[in-house]
This record gives sequence, C-alpha cells and structure tokens, in this order.
Amino acid sequence: MTPSYPRILPAGLGGLVVQFAPVLSEPANRAALAFRAAVEGAGWAGLTDCATALVSVFVGFDPFASSNMRDAVARLLASRDWLAEPLRTGRDHLVPVVLDGPDLPEAAALAGLTVPEARASLLAEPLRVLTIGFAPGQPYAGELPDAWAIPRRPTLTPQVPEGALVVAIRQAIIFAAPAPTGWWWVGTTAFRPFRPDLADPFVLRAGDTITLQSVSRDQIAAQRAAEGLPC
Amino acid sequence: MLTVLAAGPCVTVQDAGRPGLMAQGLSRGGAADTRALAEGWALLAQPGAACLELAGFGGRFRLDRAARIALTGAAMPARVGDRVLPWNAALALPAGAVIEVGAARAGVYAYLHIGGGIATPPLLGSRAAHLVAGIGRRLAPGDVLPLGDDPGGPVDVTLDAAPRFGGGELRLTASVQTGLFAPDTRARFEATAFRAGRGDRMGLALAHDSAGFATDAQRSLVSEVIVPGDVQMTGTGAPFVLLAECQTTGGYPRIGAVIPCDLPRAAQAAAGDPLRFRFVSEGEALAALARDRAELAALAPRPMRRALDTATLMAAQLVGGAVDARADPFSQEP
Repeated sequence: MTPSYPRILPAGLGGLVVQFAPVLSEPANRAALAFRAAVEGAGWAGLTDCATALVSVFVGFDPFASSNMRDAVARLLASRDWLAEPLRTGRDHLVPVVLDGPDLPEAAALAGLTVPEARASLLAEPLRVLTIGFAPGQPYAGELPDAWAIPRRPTLTPQVPEGALVVAIRQAIIFAAPAPTGWWWVGTTAFRPFRPDLADPFVLRAGDTITLQSVSRDQIAAQRAAEGLPC
Repeated sequence: MLTVLAAGPCVTVQDAGRPGLMAQGLSRGGAADTRALAEGWALLAQPGAACLELAGFGGRFRLDRAARIALTGAAMPARVGDRVLPWNAALALPAGAVIEVGAARAGVYAYLHIGGGIATPPLLGSRAAHLVAGIGRRLAPGDVLPLGDDPGGPVDVTLDAAPRFGGGELRLTASVQTGLFAPDTRARFEATAFRAGRGDRMGLALAHDSAGFATDAQRSLVSEVIVPGDVQMTGTGAPFVLLAECQTTGGYPRIGAVIPCDLPRAAQAAAGDPLRFRFVSEGEALAALARDRAELAALAPRPMRRALDTATLMAAQLVGGAVDARADPFSQEP
C-alpha cells in the first residue's frame, strides 16, 4: 500500500512528524519551510519545538500543556495546499571555498564529469539551505545539478574537519563540527556555521542561500587560521 | 570556587540543557539522568542550578569555601577524608574539603550538586556542556569552577531515589517508522532480552543474541528529525537508544520511542545490564508520565537519622568494598 502525502505520524509521546513527500523534492522542502513558519506563528500552547528536516516538520509539545496537538496540526495541514506555497527566501551568504578535497576525483567520476567540470558545476548556482540539522547550525544545501545524484561513499571517512564541504545525493553539507561522514569530501571552507561566541550563534537558517566562491588553498588556509580552525 | 584535582573520563557541567533549539540543529543536551538532577535540586532547594555530572567515575574536587553539597544518581563511593558521604543527602562541608568520588557500582551517571550551583557563564540559556556540539568540554585536573552564592538551605536531609539502576524495562510508544516494522518483528523485539552495550551522552547501543530487526524500507528513508528516546535500528539491525545529546536528524528507522520518564533508566544502564522493551498505549504512557511528574514535584527531603541512616551505611559498605578489592581478602579479621 502506498501512503498518501502529506501525512501525520507519531514521534514519541510529545512529538508529531508531518511528512510532505517520501523523497527530497523542491516543492516538498518549500512546503516544510512554509508549514513550520505557520506553526511558529500559530502560538499554540504547549509547543516546545518546531523543526524542519528535508521534506518534513517535527512538532514537539508537552502533552499535558496542549489540548490535542494532533487535531491542531491536522487542521493547519488541511487549511491550504502547502506544496503550492511560495518559496521562503532568506539571506545570501558568500562562502569562499577551495575545491580540492580528497574525494573530488572519485566523486566527479561518479557524476560523469572531469574534475574541472565538477568544480564548475558545484560553483554554477547558489545553493539553497534545505534544512539545518545533525549538528548545530549545520546546513544541508542543494539541490545540486542532476549529475550529482551520486550515492554516498561505500565506507565512512573517519573524520572531516569543521568547514569541510561534502556532497552526495544532490546535496552539499558544510560541517559545523568535526565528524565522521559517508559523503564525498570535495572542498574546504573557513565558514563556521555555528559560532558560540556570537549573540546569535546560528549563522544560517533554512531558506538562506550559499554562494560558493572558488579561492586558492593558501587563501583558505589563511582564513581558517584566522578563525582558529586547523588547516 | 571548586577546583578539580582529578577527574574521571567524562566529568562535565550539566543542567537542564537547551530545549527549543532543534530547528537550529542543537539537541537539548543537559543531564543524562534528569531525575537525578531533580533530586539534587530538591535536596539543596535550588531548582535550575548547574552541577557536575560524573560518568562512570568521579574524581577529586576541592571546595574553597564551606558549602552544602548533595550526591545523586549512580552510587559511587564518596568521602571527605575519613568521612563517608551518603548518597541522596544534603550535607554541610567545611572550606578546604576535598571530595573524593570513586567508580560507579550500579548505574553510570552520578551528580555532585553544590549549594549556589556551578556559576560558569551560560551560553544559550544553559551552562551544560554539549560535547557533540562543541559547547563546553570534559573537565580536567586544574580546572577551577566558579560557584554561585548560596543563600542557605536544608542540610542533613535525605530522600529516597526512585530505582532505575541496573537495567530493566523500557516502555515504548510509536515513532515515525514503527509502522514499517512487521508486527511479528515488533513482537520479537518485545520478547528479546537485550544487554546494554557501549553508551555515552549521545546514546546507548544494545546487544542481543538473535537476528537483527530490519524493515524492508530502511535503505530509502529520507533523513528526519530525531529526538532523545528514539530507538533507531542501525544498519546491522541492532537497536540504539538516543539520549540527551543526540544529533537532531538521522536516517535510520525508529521502531519506537522510549517514554520520557523511562529515559533515566536507559541512561543509567551500564554495559551488560539487562534491558527489555514493551510497547504501551498512549493512555498508559501518559498516565506513567503524569505519575512521574507528580513524584518529581512532590520530592520532599526528610531529616536524616544520622546513626542509622541506610544510605550512609550502604555508602560505607561500598567504600569498604573498594578498599577490600585492593587489599588481601584473607588478611581481614572477621
């Protein structure tokens, strides 16, 4: 039986998930962002969290402080065609990057591109922040051109540094903290998506755009040193 | 001030964490055993205060001023000089006291609460270390922590801690992918005797002897928001219970979600402790949660009977055991 979308599913005792599609699509991502904004604006009693993933929205609530959150979510969901909502745009962030990651040749080959073509393709269009997640402030951005519909690596890379640019499944991530990854490490930035020293430590929001700008390895090294990041 | 003279492998400052920031990719974090946090708050009458979380092993901590303290959570042998410190009790210690805390005998996470609380600068409304996010860090010898002013409060009072150490039953309600697991897989999951494996503030891996628990759909799932309590099935079909410091998105299917009031039991399961899961109705889960909240709200420390205090006697035996383990057991007089 194929489920129909959108749909509401339980996520533990104090959570619901609204799924707009089974796989990533631009309209479903747009719908998730719009639905989240509507939940935030609704002022529901007992709401504790509202967060988007790529094509879904998590609604967290205190089950004793809210009266039937499922009904409230269902009514809001039925109130309009969320996939037809306009794109919610945010700020644009210029992010210098050096595209010389250790996985670039293999990822380019999988994408059917030469390394120079792969670089040009990654720089061609601004990337939209589809969601923030996994680690604080960490963006999942895309969608990359069709050629980048490549699978994840067959093995995990034990660790990539904060600021690593990785790609897979038509998406790009800039790591907000050192972490292991199964994605392809294609470039390095000095961009820190999470800056605990700032009043608002979360630099990006879902809906923002990232424009990658190609610079030299030396420039990135200097920028990373200035940010206190390992080179 | 509190000076760290020695520290176990994961001693951190913790409080109730940072709720409400999942949209920014930051999980709540905070004390792994929220009940032990509440017990410390009740004993010292200082709700919200930050304390030290001691994972598996304590350390040595010196007070530079007289202070009220309380130890809660996983029992560890503790003393100041020759004085054995009871668990789950508010005590007055003099300036210069060096609190020595050993290895956990049951459970994982112990908490050292100090009157006035740890007063490090808050970040995003909390003093809690969030190791995955790179906020704060594990404490090390030589660290000096500021303490808040203690307006004074109860001493020589104790309370009974709810049992939650050594494993047991974890109750589940439905999560996003529960319906993707076949009914007989869910039944087998409930019938399986698990053992706690590797655990940390992010989550607890479970081991079992039978086949893994898989769903046909698991390779094609798009990443979704995950929360503490979710029971993920990893690629090998072994369950992983997410705890306070989990990531905020993940792509593994979740067979269920541990109800919030059973999470302290999950966090306190030490390697090898037996664990089972049981799906309960939403009504049963809500009733359990309501009961838990009522208990926490009603935590009322009572005066200690110093000479016959059970907690003191138990702690004394634990310390005795620690000494025995290093001594020649045959040299002891009966």
